[in-house]
Amino acid sequence: MSIWLDQRNKVIVQGMTGSEGRKHTQRMIGAGTRIVGGVTPGKGGQSVIFEEDGVPVFNSVLEAKQATGANTSVVFVPAAYTRQAVMDAVDAALDLVVVITEGVPVKDTAEFVAYAIESGHTRLLGPNCPGLISPGKSNVGIIPPSISGPGRIGLVSKSGTLTYQMMFELRDIGFSTAVGIGGDPVNGSTHIDALAAFEADPDTDAIVLIGEIGGDAEERAAAYIADHVTKPVVGYVAGFTAPVGKTMGHAGAIVTGSAGTARAKKAALEASGVRVGRTPSETASLMREVIAGLH
Amino acid sequence: MDLFEYQARELFEAHGVPVLRGITARTPEEARAAAVELGTPVVVVKAQVKTGGRGKAGGVKLARSADEAAERAGEILGLDINGHRVDTVMIAEGANIAEEYYFSLLLDRSTRKYLAMCSKEGGMDIETLARERPDALARVEVDPLVGLDAAKAEEIVAAAGFREDDRAEIARVLVLLGEVYRANDATLVEVNPLVKTGEGRIVALDGKVTLDGNAAFRHPDWDAYADESADDELEVRAREKNLNYVKLDGSVGIIGNGAGLVMSTLDVVAAAGKNLPGQPKPANFLDIGGGASAQVMANGLDIILSDPQVKVVFVNVFGGITACSEVAKGIIDALGMLGERATRPIVVRLDGNAVEIGRHMLTEAAHPLVQLADTMDEAARRAAELASAAE
Repeated sequence: MSIWLDQRNKVIVQGMTGSEGRKHTQRMIGAGTRIVGGVTPGKGGQSVIFEEDGVPVFNSVLEAKQATGANTSVVFVPAAYTRQAVMDAVDAALDLVVVITEGVPVKDTAEFVAYAIESGHTRLLGPNCPGLISPGKSNVGIIPPSISGPGRIGLVSKSGTLTYQMMFELRDIGFSTAVGIGGDPVNGSTHIDALAAFEADPDTDAIVLIGEIGGDAEERAAAYIADHVTKPVVGYVAGFTAPVGKTMGHAGAIVTGSAGTARAKKAALEASGVRVGRTPSETASLMREVIAGLH
Repeated sequence: MDLFEYQARELFEAHGVPVLRGITARTPEEARAAAVELGTPVVVVKAQVKTGGRGKAGGVKLARSADEAAERAGEILGLDINGHRVDTVMIAEGANIAEEYYFSLLLDRSTRKYLAMCSKEGGMDIETLARERPDALARVEVDPLVGLDAAKAEEIVAAAGFREDDRAEIARVLVLLGEVYRANDATLVEVNPLVKTGEGRIVALDGKVTLDGNAAFRHPDWDAYADESADDELEVRAREKNLNYVKLDGSVGIIGNGAGLVMSTLDVVAAAGKNLPGQPKPANFLDIGGGASAQVMANGLDIILSDPQVKVVFVNVFGGITACSEVAKGIIDALGMLGERATRPIVVRLDGNAVEIGRHMLTEAAHPLVQLADTMDEAARRAAELASAAE
């Protein structure tokens, strides 16, 4: 198994006719993802050729769902149109909507996240995230499928490149699912959502949690782990050297006053029994010890 | 993006929030003219700085005549308040304050909703209020899809325990402040103090507004808020080149791809330098993002090598979408473009997409300043050692 994504997910690409959407659709198809359609309002009826196969374009998510049976969407539309695109996907009652787009106004995100949660039927991932991959099964987003094959580690991270780095470090062991929740202040899914899913997944033995400065998601994840997670968790937190009040690349990566520091996050995770590495490599070594101890 | 008080005041006024008249001044003469124009018996001269604690720092003073306003402005202009130089003051009407309250509306990352905080005990800073009088601070969740409507405003004023007589007018003002928040893509609107005057009016006496930089594309008028006075010169130059750069205080220049990996690189370098002579630290944060071209790499190297504190550069790239061959080409081209301006060693760690080709290109180029390292930790150690030796 895996979490949220496997070979059964039928995926549509919102914004498939744009340059980013087209490029990454090509890569997802190459990774074996079941791409069944694209959505671009006003371009319904066209199709886009990848390899030899044409992928049909629809005017709306609902239309695409009705024609293809899609249950998953990945969103590449520009930031200005992301809110509407996500709400359309929620209205169509898709199971999973993955928002890759970076630079979405947080007001829009707060609104579409609330909308998805209220719907009760759509899991949202992102925005400003690399998506998720269940190696060997399916890949929705922009995580390179060549880094690591399938295995029994679950990974959840705010950062795309740290996800890649950690998958690379542990590629000989492999991953059930790697999930990038995104670096914005508001995320459709949280570390806790992923932890809960990995805990319930029989094919995940251990979990890597990667956090970074800003907000209190890691502290909340630590509290959740103490109460609800029985599988071993290894952690890494980036941003110990970040100065107060400066945004470090990700819109959500900012230390305000004494809140959101890497030190506090590491301490909270360790207090919950999570072993936290000082570097990505050391974190990978800790995971190796954990895996060795399981067998 | 934080606004100055006078800019927040203008936004409040534009949305009908009751404020007092205020005029900005950059010289004592302008302050005098502003006081004359206001024509009230008392004016307040207020430093315009994007930091708290300005009252304690002597940045807010009363004046009872235009001459006195000029004099007070002369004292305040040029002050350093928590590292912020005062270039502008606001001359505001004096208020007849009967009671002081607190109100803020902000993005709450934990709940992924908005949070309204309100107290009938205003005047002190919110951290102090929350610590010393937590029961006096009402916290009310606001649904982003609904916003701060009349019903929510009534809930807030009731929770804060205002007297029945005052509730309707305060609630009316809160709805307007909610409108300021919504219409301007704010992540924070704070009024401290919100006051009741002797005449019974509810007035926003001071305002703090933070805007969401991601929303700038739909607010062309925000260009007027550009404020580079507080920024480092290299940060301004980097922004002109669309580079995501933050100046820090150390000697190891850092270039990487992806915000998380670059933050991690800073940490690994700082840890590697901790036990070395001079304790070398990272000199900057620089994320070149995905698909870095030779030009982007050259721009990045150029900015970093313009920092006289930098003794060594560490390029740390994990090629996801980005091909390491492109990064290697970028480094080689950049060194060609920079010519003699490239004088400091560059430690390069490449992994991921097309890594073999990338490493091969750098080995072939055999530039005397470039050294390849196999892992991120090893590269950090080497960069820290080089910086330490150069101190």
